Amino acid sequence: MAEKKTESMNLVQEIFLYFLAGIRRTLLRFKKRKKIKEILTVYYMEAKSARISGRKVAWITSGGPVEPLIAMDVIPVYPENHGAMIGASKMGTDLCETSESMGYSTDLCSYARSDIACATVNGGPIGGLPRPDMLVCCNNICGTVLKWYEVQARYFNVPLFIFDTPFCHTGFSEEVRRYVRRQLDEYVLFLEEACGKKMDHERLSNVGKLSLEAQRLWQAVLDTTVNRPAPMSAFDAFYHLALIVTLRETREAVDYYSRLLERMNDRVARGIGAIPDEKHRLLWDNIPIWHRTRWLSEKFASHNACLVADTYTSAWCGSMKYIDENNFFDSMAEAYTRIYLNIGVDEMARMVLAMVDKYNVDGIVMHSNRSCKPYSLGQYDIAKIVEKERGIPSLIIEADMVDERSFSESQVATRIDAFMEMIKAMRQ
Amino acid sequence: MITAGIDIGSISTKAAVLSDGKLLGTRVIFTGYHAEAAGRTVFEELLTELGLERSAIRRVISTGYGRNSVKFVDKAVTEITCHGVGAFYLDPGARSIIDIGGQDSKVIVIDEKGKVKNFAMNDKCAAGTGRFLEVMARALEVDLGVFGNLSLKAGSPSRISSLCTVFAESEVISLISGGEHRENIIAGIHESIAARVAAMANRVGVVPPLVMTGGVAKNMGVVKALEKKLEMTIRVSEYAQVNGAIGAAVLGMSMK
Repeated sequence: MAEKKTESMNLVQEIFLYFLAGIRRTLLRFKKRKKIKEILTVYYMEAKSARISGRKVAWITSGGPVEPLIAMDVIPVYPENHGAMIGASKMGTDLCETSESMGYSTDLCSYARSDIACATVNGGPIGGLPRPDMLVCCNNICGTVLKWYEVQARYFNVPLFIFDTPFCHTGFSEEVRRYVRRQLDEYVLFLEEACGKKMDHERLSNVGKLSLEAQRLWQAVLDTTVNRPAPMSAFDAFYHLALIVTLRETREAVDYYSRLLERMNDRVARGIGAIPDEKHRLLWDNIPIWHRTRWLSEKFASHNACLVADTYTSAWCGSMKYIDENNFFDSMAEAYTRIYLNIGVDEMARMVLAMVDKYNVDGIVMHSNRSCKPYSLGQYDIAKIVEKERGIPSLIIEADMVDERSFSESQVATRIDAFMEMIKAMRQ
Repeated sequence: MITAGIDIGSISTKAAVLSDGKLLGTRVIFTGYHAEAAGRTVFEELLTELGLERSAIRRVISTGYGRNSVKFVDKAVTEITCHGVGAFYLDPGARSIIDIGGQDSKVIVIDEKGKVKNFAMNDKCAAGTGRFLEVMARALEVDLGVFGNLSLKAGSPSRISSLCTVFAESEVISLISGGEHRENIIAGIHESIAARVAAMANRVGVVPPLVMTGGVAKNMGVVKALEKKLEMTIRVSEYAQVNGAIGAAVLGMSMK
């Protein structure tokens, strides 16, 4: 009885959200300067009322191939983006504790812990994610997602598609290409079955083009920081990133990044920097410490240091070079396999060195992320390689992207202060 | 020019006064609850001892975890930089420094001018710090001052394998109830600290000549265990505990 009541209440809520989303979307259409928050609000409202609009919702990993979902009119939802929102709103510790009382280990990724907890209590900053109709899990970012998505598939009792991208230790072989390419066909079959309709390949190709356009624009936005002073910092990039993760294959994302690029170019032309007096340029590595971005940004700014680039936000356009615009579908196999977190440490170090040169940085700040092993493994080696090749020092900060219990402010402050004193002394 | 350095650590607060680069005096007190008060007290007491007026001091630099809590200083500098400068002042040949303080341990590599080239600090954990030793001294009912000498008499050091201070303490308690000699347990504790600090030292590329600073440098047991683990001789200055404060005072001379 109680269940029936909740269900009907949910339905009323969803109908209300559906109409509200319609109004907000129309209003947004006429708005010239759309804010990221407004775009995301409409996106989550539409996803939460998908049952009313008759659309399906798929949960997908951040590095997963999303374009086929869009071509099938499925709304993609990203638990990791949700995890970042939970972290930024400082709700991570509570949710992590909830999942720990459910029996999950504190050593498990805090995105996974907070997402698993959130699904059961509909907590977090947006009252939980919309219920999925299917799950798409691509292991190019880590191995944890396999078990995490299996847990959620059981919990919601929905089909799960696992897209397996072998780790590229040194290169990319023909066998791997064939293996991953074949899974793309299986993926399409999975979607056709789940949606009860055929894939429109022409539409997919158009979605691919839009996705590529957004990625190019995003890279162009990030590249504006080669200028001195940098018009934006990595902390700004962490904010603007949301659309390239969740809505990269949409006109909205393309429009948003076109305007952002204009704004950044204008700042460059007028010599306006992200911080008042940029004296030192740094590179950030790993996922942001979402619950401390403002504190960190102010801390570095107090040393006149600007984090001008990072390995994280560029990951969403890092494998553009493998995409064939005229054959998007086939080239997805390589592009989705050779992403930053799925390559060997030597290649990662080469990419970091290229960024050190391109953005002309004086030091690297590495977040050794307790939650993200694939990202944190190899940091000491990369730091050594960069030190040897370019004579540039690295600082390693121990923390966690969401779980505030793994962060000690005074200890991190001392490390940052000491690192900046060292850089200043070296440049004297 | 007379300058002063105040090093406010988690356990003790140290002060040093220099006149034209010559050490006039040092002082150590317990930090206690109030970091700011400890900083002020140690400074005033040292001035009284030296018969100096506050106005005679051209610059005061603070360091240590409480460095930002004292407002009367000219500048706050981290203990990494200060220990580097202090060790270089006391021993210009030094190229690496191991500093084990109350709540953290660090390894610093400096260049031939005394500038910091690289450093590493312990992560969020008390293992390998002075606090670890304090906890163990309490469990063993031994005064921390005799810890070092006792461990040098050990026949075969016990094995303390846990990295966690709390778990290591329960390991020590079971060794006590198992009838193990105190000396062996203490030597085991020192080896456990040495293993942890040595790993950090190797990570940053420790090079000789190596000096040790911080309060724990007074403990010969830890020094010997580290020398064995790193296969390197360690020099310990008589001013090891006040090295950070001395470094701060030295920095005061060159500050613009």
